[in-house]
Amino acid sequence: MRPFKTLDAKAAPLPFASVDTDQLIPARFMKRSRSEGYGQYLLYDMRLDGEGNPIQDFPLNNPARAGAEILVGRRNFGAGSSREAAVYALVDYGFRCVIAPSFGDIFASNSVNNGLLPAQVTEEDAETILSLIENSQDRAFVDLDTCEIRLANQVFRFEIEPVWRTKLLNGWDDLDLTASYADDIARYMVSDKERHPWLQEIPASI
Amino acid sequence: MLREHRPQTLFDRIWQNHVIASQSDGQQLLFIDRHLVHEGSFHGFNKLKDKNARVSRPDLTFGIVDHYAPTRIRDISKIDAAIAGMITQLEENCLANDVRIFGLNDPRQGIVHVVGPEQAITLPGATIVCGDSHTSTHGAFGAIAFGIGASEVAHVLMTQTLWQKKPKSMRVRFDGKLGPGITAKDMALAMIAAIGADGAQGHAIEYTGSAVEGLSMEGRLTLCNLSIESGARCGLIAPDMTTVNFLRHRPLAPKGDLFERAAEAWLSLRGDGDAAFERELVIDGSEIAPVVTWGISPEDALPITSAVPLPDDMTDESRAAHTREAIDYMGLRPGMPLTEIPVDRVFIGSCTNSRIEDLRAAAAVLSGRKSAVPGLVSPGSSLVKQQAEQEGLDRIFVDAGLEWVDSGCSMCVGMNGDLVPPGERCASTTNRNFKGRQGPKSRTHLMSPAMVAAAAVTGHLTDVRDLMGGRS
Ligand code: SF4
Repeated sequence: MRPFKTLDAKAAPLPFASVDTDQLIPARFMKRSRSEGYGQYLLYDMRLDGEGNPIQDFPLNNPARAGAEILVGRRNFGAGSSREAAVYALVDYGFRCVIAPSFGDIFASNSVNNGLLPAQVTEEDAETILSLIENSQDRAFVDLDTCEIRLANQVFRFEIEPVWRTKLLNGWDDLDLTASYADDIARYMVSDKERHPWLQEIPASI
Repeated sequence: MLREHRPQTLFDRIWQNHVIASQSDGQQLLFIDRHLVHEGSFHGFNKLKDKNARVSRPDLTFGIVDHYAPTRIRDISKIDAAIAGMITQLEENCLANDVRIFGLNDPRQGIVHVVGPEQAITLPGATIVCGDSHTSTHGAFGAIAFGIGASEVAHVLMTQTLWQKKPKSMRVRFDGKLGPGITAKDMALAMIAAIGADGAQGHAIEYTGSAVEGLSMEGRLTLCNLSIESGARCGLIAPDMTTVNFLRHRPLAPKGDLFERAAEAWLSLRGDGDAAFERELVIDGSEIAPVVTWGISPEDALPITSAVPLPDDMTDESRAAHTREAIDYMGLRPGMPLTEIPVDRVFIGSCTNSRIEDLRAAAAVLSGRKSAVPGLVSPGSSLVKQQAEQEGLDRIFVDAGLEWVDSGCSMCVGMNGDLVPPGERCASTTNRNFKGRQGPKSRTHLMSPAMVAAAAVTGHLTDVRDLMGGRS
């Protein structure tokens, strides 16, 4: 996974609360394999009309926002289904960081597993950042080391689980870490068979 | 064995039982007892293939066809090729890895969160994961059960473990006794309305109190199912005799003496009385009225006796903006009584409310009546379907004018093609009223099965208590 340290990039506003994973990627586009790319389906039903034409006043359709790598939303971003495809869609579209006051837990964890930073700010700061990027600023600087967002000469703090921060900073994949615990896993299985045989052995007949 | 001196919650206790290793940053490696996979798990299997790996514990992994299951025709050669491909892909992935599968035409097929408990794949004290957010359902048995993403699915497939940071603890106590016609669905929606759709983010909820203890397993499953809609990582309920009696004689439950030993362990599985929770919420169960959602998030929920909110009266700008957006999408008027909202169709099904008890509750209201609108009834599993037919419930639905179809996720998410047409409004027993959840531009109102039946009868949102006279 590509490590995330700092990001100096264009930002785009998405001034809606509860942009759930069904919005981020509608269920009907989820049959494709990852290699085919998910970016074109990001926020499909919000971005495009029934005929597949861009909806004029939708923020991401503003030509000035093309190439944005930072997305700023409102509370409860990424709530809902566990579909990692929601993160694939954001990442494949070009986003590397989402700023919002709160995130769906599974979405945030999926983001980290794909190198996308879920940066949690206060509701007040989210509103300030939104209005700054809607009105004057189109770039922001995100520093994961200091957990700061800088734009328009202002500094905003963001929060992220320390575990996730370390993972993103290093670009770590859980599997590498788990491999070093192979013996402990094997030992657990043996001892748990004693303690909870019904959990480790399931009747064969089904 | 290591003993903690700090009093433990039920969640703490089960969690600690599964810790294999701890990192200094707080991450812990957990053993996973049960892994459920469905058609959507193909990303996880693809990652496995990329690494040339195989499933580490196929005996603890179960494949179930549900998300794309066709509900009107079970001949896979006669359905949409892309949908058939999703089903075959799961069957092939399971076969290639010696994973047991409940395929499309297996008599035990059904929605993963219905089949798990029904077959006793779900057991108290277990850790259960699935690439589906409503995995929280299984917590009804006193298990730690939560949804995971595809990267995590791949990790569990390969190692039967998962790195997790322990969530914070929260207790929700429902005191008192529920009124007539009030169900677990109403309890859950009332809670979500009170704390918000992100209100329990980062927390594991333990449900307690007399109104919870009084619930059947079906009701507990509904309550825990909706935990995720409050943002919680999972929800759980301490096992009791209701739990044990439900599991006895189920196909994959332990047998004979082992069952008795297990049952004893399950009944002693509870938190210490003095364990502290990081958050507490108390709800008076006797005050809960039938709840419906009016908007586009499960938190947009109100008692059926109230009216659509007035955004102009709201001081919180972000709240007002959301309310306007929701009213606009749903095609409502601020201030209109909820009972004046007409519906175009109804849906009874999904992992939230498709068990036998749910179907009985809906049938009790529909019996001898006609539905004013079209609708679909999809039982949660093929076994639930069979039982409902033995009880004659299918006749009641069909006589009322509703369609009685096979089991699957169906119109909860529309992946199989069961969709609410654009602009139409559906009274639904499902769990998400998100924009477009039941199909592009569809409008969803969430409620209990009895409330959906009531809406079907009148053609608009209705207080089921007005239709209950003498029925239960
Ligand atoms: S019924 Fe709906 S919520 Fe439940 S598993 Fe299926 S798609 Fe998910």
